[in-house]
Amino acid sequence: MEISVTVNGETRTGDVEPRTLLVYWLRDDLRLTGTNIGCDTSSCGACTVHVNGESVKSCTMLAVQADGEDILTIEGLAPSEDELHPMQEAFRQNHGLQCGYCTPGMVMAAVSLLEENPDPSERDVRLGLEGNLCRCTGYHNIVKSVLACAAGETAA
Amino acid sequence: MIPAAFDYVRAGSAEEAIALLGEHGDEAKLLAGGHSLLPMMKLRLAVPSVLVDIGRVSDLSYINDGGDHVAVGALTRHRALETSDLLAAECPLLGHVAGEVGDPQVRHRGTLGGSLAHSDPASDLPAAVLALGGTLVAQGPNGSREIAAGDFFTGYFESALADDEMLTEIRVPKAPGVGWNYQKFNRRAQDWAIVGAAAVTVNGGTNVALVNMGSVPLRASAVEAALAGGASAADAAEQAAEGTDAPTDLNATPDYRNHLARVLTRRALEAAGVS
Repeated sequence: MEISVTVNGETRTGDVEPRTLLVYWLRDDLRLTGTNIGCDTSSCGACTVHVNGESVKSCTMLAVQADGEDILTIEGLAPSEDELHPMQEAFRQNHGLQCGYCTPGMVMAAVSLLEENPDPSERDVRLGLEGNLCRCTGYHNIVKSVLACAAGETAA
Repeated sequence: MIPAAFDYVRAGSAEEAIALLGEHGDEAKLLAGGHSLLPMMKLRLAVPSVLVDIGRVSDLSYINDGGDHVAVGALTRHRALETSDLLAAECPLLGHVAGEVGDPQVRHRGTLGGSLAHSDPASDLPAAVLALGGTLVAQGPNGSREIAAGDFFTGYFESALADDEMLTEIRVPKAPGVGWNYQKFNRRAQDWAIVGAAAVTVNGGTNVALVNMGSVPLRASAVEAALAGGASAADAAEQAAEGTDAPTDLNATPDYRNHLARVLTRRALEAAGVS
């Protein structure tokens, strides 16, 4: 089936089998491999992207469901090649990653979280990221990063 | 994991979706948010040959004041329930329970109608609608009919919906200012409830519904009867496992679930102001 999706601000088209999951279309067809596949069961959040501005697990959405929608992946988050998004900068400054595998999903979930709740408590951040697992268990600095970004300590 | 191959058709309206269901019979499944159905298809526990995508039927996403009830469109997402001022004022249990489902990403996609039609006894929202005494509106080729929540869940992942019917609206009675509470017990964030208990005081009585204590979401009838007969919350809660048929799985034995049902029911009743 032919689909046309806005991905990171550009119109991208493709011919996909209906059963193609959005994450495979992004990674295998568009070569946007920043979005990781972790559990593949909508548990770990590594594949989190934004659909029309909201965090969604792209392993649990069909590419055909994204037809006509606006998708943002980790590759489209930074304002330019030389500049990080404030959330990315906050993760960098606060060492909000260890192996880095969960990081794209964490960052995308965190950006969505702050859009819904710009001034979260630490508890809000922990609950807001409950859909994202860090197998290094590096949660402390991830939460610190999100709170720092919310406090504007890392304005790009 | 990739689902088995299927044909994909997109419906622009409820009528179109119902016509497509009529055409394809029980080989077809409706796809709303997909957060219950797609995981089952990836595990090949569900293998529909046709998916009818109703995700773009935008006129079924609303939360409206219906006079004595709040009317919720079947395609309203959990996030919209969770953040609805109308529900917070008139039926706070439903909005709260929606916020307990899965995680934020799941709540951005999952829909109330989808969760109810999926009829998973371990899901949160079916028990909430059951405790509230909600009414479900099903549309078929010959028009609409109303189904009481108590008659809707007919078996394990089975509902009273016919093959060519779809849920269009869920009506929950307004109950502002009443006592209510939901207790969800699980071991890991975002997991399904091992057991859950919803309590709400309505019309001078108390309704209690249980999650994951049988093949369908259940009303704790023995607890409700004991309360109506003047028992204290603590004494009534001792009856919570009566008439249930708790499942066994990796998480819990029936005995453990029975214990959880008693404890969670007592907590829910006490937090709802039932003494």
